[in-house]
Amino acid sequence: MSGTVKKGWDRQQMADRIAREFEDGWIVNLGVGIPTLCSNTDIGDREVIYHAENGVIGYGPVLPVGQEDLHLVNAGGQNVSLRPGAAIVHHADSFGIIRAGRIDVTVMGAYEVSCRGDFANWKVAGAKGGSIGGAMDLAACAKRVFIILEHTQRNGAPRLVQDCALPVTARGVVKLVATNLGLFEPVGEGFRARELAPGVSFEAAQAATGCPLFPA
Amino acid sequence: MARRSKIVQGFAEAVADIPDGAVIAFGGFAGPGTPYNLTKALLAQGAKDLTCIANTTGGAHQPRMPDLGMLVENRQVRKVVCSFTAANRPTDVLPFTKYYEAGEVEAELVPQGTLAERLRAAGTGIPAFYTPAAVGTQLAEGRETRVINGREYLLEYAMPVDVALIRAWRADEAGNLQFRLAQRNFCPLMAMAARLTIVEVEEDFLPVGALDPDHIHTPGIFVHRMVKIPPAPEGLWTVRRVERAR
Repeated sequence: MSGTVKKGWDRQQMADRIAREFEDGWIVNLGVGIPTLCSNTDIGDREVIYHAENGVIGYGPVLPVGQEDLHLVNAGGQNVSLRPGAAIVHHADSFGIIRAGRIDVTVMGAYEVSCRGDFANWKVAGAKGGSIGGAMDLAACAKRVFIILEHTQRNGAPRLVQDCALPVTARGVVKLVATNLGLFEPVGEGFRARELAPGVSFEAAQAATGCPLFPA
Repeated sequence: MARRSKIVQGFAEAVADIPDGAVIAFGGFAGPGTPYNLTKALLAQGAKDLTCIANTTGGAHQPRMPDLGMLVENRQVRKVVCSFTAANRPTDVLPFTKYYEAGEVEAELVPQGTLAERLRAAGTGIPAFYTPAAVGTQLAEGRETRVINGREYLLEYAMPVDVALIRAWRADEAGNLQFRLAQRNFCPLMAMAARLTIVEVEEDFLPVGALDPDHIHTPGIFVHRMVKIPPAPEGLWTVRRVERAR
């Protein structure tokens, strides 16, 4: 676990790699931060519908200052646009959509992901409060949970671990993880390295990971 | 029988009788639907020992608008029920946090969908429900769960409220409301969950019959008082959110 590995994909490239997994017709919920960048990715002629927790179904790109509609935000509070065919529902219906399993993928940030598919993203060590938002509903109910995070903490400690040290958001739900070092799948005993970012060796990725890493 | 007008001339008058100890729900999500003017009036009114339900405990950034954080700073709040009791970014410190960590205010942290559904349940005569959200987490520790069709669910109770403070786009004089775009969020649920619903309205009031019954989001039977938001600077409108580089 020596030293921070600062190479590989940048924030947009991590988001791009995740977005390329989206399939035509998917309903997609993007969390605040890096996951939002997935909506910038060109995924060709595949069409996905972006759902936001506040009941905005079918939003489009963030609008530049001066062109925003101040009545319209996504879950991150960004002033987005609407795509043709968009619809608005209230919060209970929006989470009805989530709990009923209609979200094909939720993409979230996290502090830690375990090789059993647990993840932690609502409470930091030592804090009394927490920031759950819609993460627990989404994590428990979306068809797939994809996580984007830096592979290591600033001090080099791994974020892909055997067991989450922080309180978990949900257990056993993570299907895919993109980090600056590559694309990884939790497989129980460790993570499978599905793809490594350019310039990242398997050995470097293993050294930065807190549990066994298996080749693709 | 003559229809009693629900239109109140000022925000102060609209919130004047909210008692100490009231349970108050505040509409709004990241701006739209937030009752800034009614909250400002509640700050001046001074009711204490309040239980406040909202998505967040208030913003961390300038320019600050009247919110739960200000009510906490004003020592009016006993407890908050929110889906965020910390900022989304761990580096942001909320005004609320200092009071929470000092034990001067209590907090109940609730997943956002559970928060919405507890309000919906209260407004629709459902005392409790089971949800998969938060199963297996710290929030579920020591609480009642049940396996239904092979899956574990957590029992959650309805959350009736005394007063809902919300913001709407248009209203007729009978209190029928329309919200615009993301303004809707929790507002219709809170109106149904409350015994007293007070609304700040953006557009001029419309005469009864001017709104198409098919296009009403919250029927007037759930609305008790309404105040038209005056032009700025007297009325608080919307903050333009500035994209911050991370």
